[in-house]
Amino acid sequence: MTGDMLINYALGILFLPLLSFIILILVGKRLPRQGDWVAIGSVLITLILSLAMFGSMLLSHDPGFSHEASIEWMDLGAFRIELGFLIDNITIVMLLVVALISTMTHVFSIKYMAGDIRYSRYYAYLGLFTFSMNGIVLANNLFSLYIFWELVGVSSYLLIGHWFEKDSAADAGKKAFLTNRVGDIGFFIGVMLIFTALGTFNYGEIFQGVAQGDMAGTLLTLAGIGLFMGAIGKSSQFPLHIWLPDAMEGPTPVSALMHAATMVAAGVFLTVRLFPIFTPEALLFIAYVGGFTAIFAATIAITQNDIKKVLAYSTVSQLGYMILAVGTGAYIAGFFHLVTHAMFKACLFYGSGSVIHAMHHALHNKHDHDTDPQDMRNMGGFKSKMPVTYWTMVVAALAISGVPLFSGFLSKDAILAGTLAFGTHHPQHFLLPIFGFGAALITAFYMFRLIFMTFHNEPKLPELYDDINESPKEMTFPLVLLSTLSVFIFYTLPYFNPLSDHGWFMELVKAKDSMVPGNPSAHEIAEGIHHSHTLTMILSTLVAALGIFLSWSVYLKKRISADAWAEKLTPYYNLSLNKYFFDENYDKYLYQPLLRLADRISFIDWDLYDKYFINGFGHVTKWLSFLTGRTDYDGLDQTIVDGLGRSMSKAGSTLKEVQTGRLQNYMLFALFGVVIIVIFQSF
Amino acid sequence: MDSLQTYLFISAILFSLGLYGVITRRNGIAVLMGIELILNSANINFIAFARFGGMNLSGHVFALFVIIMAAAEAAVALAIIINIFNNLQTVNIDEAQQLKL
Repeated sequence: MTGDMLINYALGILFLPLLSFIILILVGKRLPRQGDWVAIGSVLITLILSLAMFGSMLLSHDPGFSHEASIEWMDLGAFRIELGFLIDNITIVMLLVVALISTMTHVFSIKYMAGDIRYSRYYAYLGLFTFSMNGIVLANNLFSLYIFWELVGVSSYLLIGHWFEKDSAADAGKKAFLTNRVGDIGFFIGVMLIFTALGTFNYGEIFQGVAQGDMAGTLLTLAGIGLFMGAIGKSSQFPLHIWLPDAMEGPTPVSALMHAATMVAAGVFLTVRLFPIFTPEALLFIAYVGGFTAIFAATIAITQNDIKKVLAYSTVSQLGYMILAVGTGAYIAGFFHLVTHAMFKACLFYGSGSVIHAMHHALHNKHDHDTDPQDMRNMGGFKSKMPVTYWTMVVAALAISGVPLFSGFLSKDAILAGTLAFGTHHPQHFLLPIFGFGAALITAFYMFRLIFMTFHNEPKLPELYDDINESPKEMTFPLVLLSTLSVFIFYTLPYFNPLSDHGWFMELVKAKDSMVPGNPSAHEIAEGIHHSHTLTMILSTLVAALGIFLSWSVYLKKRISADAWAEKLTPYYNLSLNKYFFDENYDKYLYQPLLRLADRISFIDWDLYDKYFINGFGHVTKWLSFLTGRTDYDGLDQTIVDGLGRSMSKAGSTLKEVQTGRLQNYMLFALFGVVIIVIFQSF
Repeated sequence: MDSLQTYLFISAILFSLGLYGVITRRNGIAVLMGIELILNSANINFIAFARFGGMNLSGHVFALFVIIMAAAEAAVALAIIINIFNNLQTVNIDEAQQLKL
């Protein structure tokens, strides 16, 4: 396929979902089935186009393929802004992931959202999201990226707050939007630093500028950290991770699409795209943020009881992994994990959606509106009732835990190998591999805690048990497809070695060298990964097995009592259960002081400045205008203007007496006149 | 006696009498008679200047014109007064004020 044809395909992929959004938002409610077929049709075409691009990428088998096309948007002399596409193998893979998960979400939502009062609007927003996400993936410059970056923020806000009648959902939407703003300020500063230094937004030109040394040192580090702040916000990294768990207030398919698989991965995608310009210092910062987030979020996930909250913290933790990979230089491993994670995490979310759907129906039949359908403590024993959901979720859980034969093993292994290599080269950063392996252990533990609590053991609410049924085909189909895609084979073809990530992905998506002097080259990083590969494989398999075993003994066999341990470690347990009190502390030390500050400032502004200064001006003006009014009206108008008129009218009424209308009088006057003239003449 | 001053004196008396009549009389016909006196005082002046002032026959010709004009004027004015009388049953010109506001 030629480059121009790819651009045409990309245009279709980008704008079809936008078209569906426009149609649905305008006339969606009046269409049959509320227009869901418009959205599903458009996203299906998008998927076909992405598959075609993907197929052509596999056929041409060119790791260095890259095609760019842009149009000029505005030219203000020194300030030139372009909108454009950059299509390389990363773009094509990412487009396929977005299109696939988006299609699955559309299909899953048919039944999940059936009967919703804003059904067509929901599909419209999904279209808007798909459009903006594809925009991020396709952008060839930071400016277009920024536009779509904010657009996904908007669609995320709209979809989290889909059930805005619930205060918690409306608040979660606002929280997500505002928290993202904090990161986006940094992102904007980063973009502008780069533009000021290099005078361009284009990726390629930025790389070139950095390679030539036009921008280096502290400034480049600052710009890198600024850009990374955008990723911190969007990918929900510590300390801005607080919005993602709350975002679970949105419909579950939305959580799967945006808050697990694609949108939150935009931050990772950004760091992957811009990897060549990060300085060693910026990369170290990135690595520590990612590594800390990975283990920190994992420790919260252990104690959560809401099935979606567990998955949310798991997502935060996995995103931390990807960021950690970028920070340690193994950024292709991070991107690989993004792709595999999108599949199994979306599958886990759909699975939880399926469970919640079943719980919801059972509770509905019992007219019970108080029991929480998302609380795992109300579940148990669903294995025989929901076999498809159970088995697909088990596959996805094995994948995320990093068990061999599944995709997660390959990508997690690559990340951990990169981290271990980095740790071996820089022994002072020994914490990074510990973060990585520790998070892997905890991930395996809490994922199987979720599986065991939901599907095994005795039902906690036996009266509901009979009403629990497997979800309809529209919901199980995405589960089956995505759990299938969590098997290693789809990523290692044409090879069949389940222990090595060698395959089309690693052959086609090649790491680029960093443009910053002082960073190790892609080859050196690959060497490091290669050396620590075997050790990592053994360690990570052991760690995953240990996690699953612990979970099995605690939650299935009950050999170790979870309650007793919680008792013993009460302070830690409480910390984890309450998410380390982040929301509370932010509220106490950030929001409240800010609100008080705003209060003070508004006092100065309103009570002092407005009242005395602005209002004072008003009073003076009023007084002055009263005075001039008096002068004008009483002085000028009454005396001069009106006086002149009045005196004229008086003179007129006096003189009109002369006009008698009698000719003889006039004649007499004429005679007097003549007499007077004669008298004057005679002197 | 036979001098210009005498004629001018008589003419002035006639003019003054005519003017007095025109200004003071209320009767329309009497006003017309006053006008006639004024015209004739002018005629006397013309003839007198023709006789003593060396104007040859021009003065006589002017006097003839004035007589003709006075006849025409009297015809028109009397017709107006007859019409006024027909409409208002009076020849008092002070009462003919229907056009006044």
